[in-house]
Amino acid sequence: MNTEPLLQVRNVTKLYAAGKGCADVSFDLYPGEVLGIVGESGSGKSTLLSCLSARLAPDQGSIQYVNREGELLDLYGLSESRQRQLQRTEWGIVHQHARDGLRMGVSGGANIGERLMATGQRHYGDLRATAERWMADVELDIDRIDDKPTTYSGGMQQRLQIARNLVTHPRLVFMDEPTGGLDVSVQARLLDLLRRLVTELGLAVVIVTHDLAVARLLAQRLIVMRRGQVVETGLTDQVLDDPQHAYTQLLVSSVLTP
Amino acid sequence: MSIEAVRSGYNFAYLDEQTKRMIRRALLKAVAIPGYQVPFGGREMPMPYGWGTGGMQVTAAVIGADDRLKVIDQGADDTTNAVSIRAFFRDLTGVETTEQTEDATLIQTRHRIPEKPLMEDQILIYQVPIPEPLRFIEPSEVETRKMHALEDYGVMHIKLYEDIAQFGHIATAYAYPVKVNGRYVMDPSPIPKFDNPKMDNCPALQLFGAGREKRIYAVPPYTEVRSLDFEDHPFEVQRWDASCAICGSRDSFLDEVVMDDCGNHEFICSDTDYCRTRVAEQGESA
Repeated sequence: MNTEPLLQVRNVTKLYAAGKGCADVSFDLYPGEVLGIVGESGSGKSTLLSCLSARLAPDQGSIQYVNREGELLDLYGLSESRQRQLQRTEWGIVHQHARDGLRMGVSGGANIGERLMATGQRHYGDLRATAERWMADVELDIDRIDDKPTTYSGGMQQRLQIARNLVTHPRLVFMDEPTGGLDVSVQARLLDLLRRLVTELGLAVVIVTHDLAVARLLAQRLIVMRRGQVVETGLTDQVLDDPQHAYTQLLVSSVLTP
Repeated sequence: MSIEAVRSGYNFAYLDEQTKRMIRRALLKAVAIPGYQVPFGGREMPMPYGWGTGGMQVTAAVIGADDRLKVIDQGADDTTNAVSIRAFFRDLTGVETTEQTEDATLIQTRHRIPEKPLMEDQILIYQVPIPEPLRFIEPSEVETRKMHALEDYGVMHIKLYEDIAQFGHIATAYAYPVKVNGRYVMDPSPIPKFDNPKMDNCPALQLFGAGREKRIYAVPPYTEVRSLDFEDHPFEVQRWDASCAICGSRDSFLDEVVMDDCGNHEFICSDTDYCRTRVAEQGESA
């Protein structure tokens, strides 16, 4: 069943100015695969991720997605309502800043339940039970279920955001620097959690990060970007242990080892 | 009624004819798409926003010389707001006014639907402070309109979820969100949820005007209006242990009235016309 790619990206270009944005990116993503996009700040990683997740129409190129029913969909040929439907049923989007992905004004439980309610779940008891299960799954204290995310720590907010996205069992998750701004021990726990969930649920993930350690831990395949261009692609170990492009070599050699 | 009844220097029903036409066009669109908020060029009225300028503009646009107008505020005909608006239209249209629900052709209301059932030849006009039911969770107007267009209503249940999580039951008691004709989620204006069932399949035309927010929406006669709820926490209306201290009614919406400074209180009908009618009937049969 894993022979057909989930996402086919061809020549995607979105430039704000010459060298600003992403240009001519092509790749296939297969079910259950974790693809890392690495590169320095301003290299176009997040722009690419926005294009992939139907939040920013590219100037050129096509993105095709195979949905649960096996239909091949051209993302930007879909109506806005179909795009949103994909975003809240088949996909998850984990933002770098948890505040962008959470509803800060309502409780943690409501945050987890929102997608379920949006897809027609109308049983409070079930919603509550699902929310509690997911709180436990992402290692949040169940006593905090009725607290607002504003009272959560940064790491807890990030875990809540992950739970909120995974609750509808998406097939594909887009993550933008999920560990950004967290201290190292919290990062490590979050990465452990992500790795476990990805394996358990068989998720396909596109993860944008500037942290090569995160990429090495999670991603099976890497795309290295610089100034909007893809400079190197390959298996993670291959790219990180034997970088071919001068920029990748620089990137790898600039990692501090304690 | 003759046109001389209008105070000199003013047009019939205060607004000029072109403005009334503009509002009627918005009303037609609103009736055609039940529950959809139609933007309109709201005018300044000779009273502050929040006192019912939206409802007054709708009334001014639909009132005719042979209409009979009733105005209620919290169910009562004799509160300041109701008395002033009634006087305003009597002055500027010369139409008859009434306090009896069954005699009125137009009823402008704030916060209540009359207890007596409405009829096919009546129009109920609501004064609306905040027409957008999604506003509490989504501050952006651009986004809420998109959510309505895409029927993206998952967030509506969040409010109810939060109620149950916090209080153990749906504690929202007024402005309780409804789904109209199976499509648009609508704020029924701050009526108590006690009145929500009266909107469903109502024979009268229901028009909603929000003056400050410049929106008009409508529920045509005999349209399905469903209050949102959960399967395991179904929609319920308020009930009282007490009965009305004046007419003894157990079925109407009761206001709590403090009688003295010792904490004594009584409950009375909020709908003064309903209460008066019941008292009169009891007088006849006694």
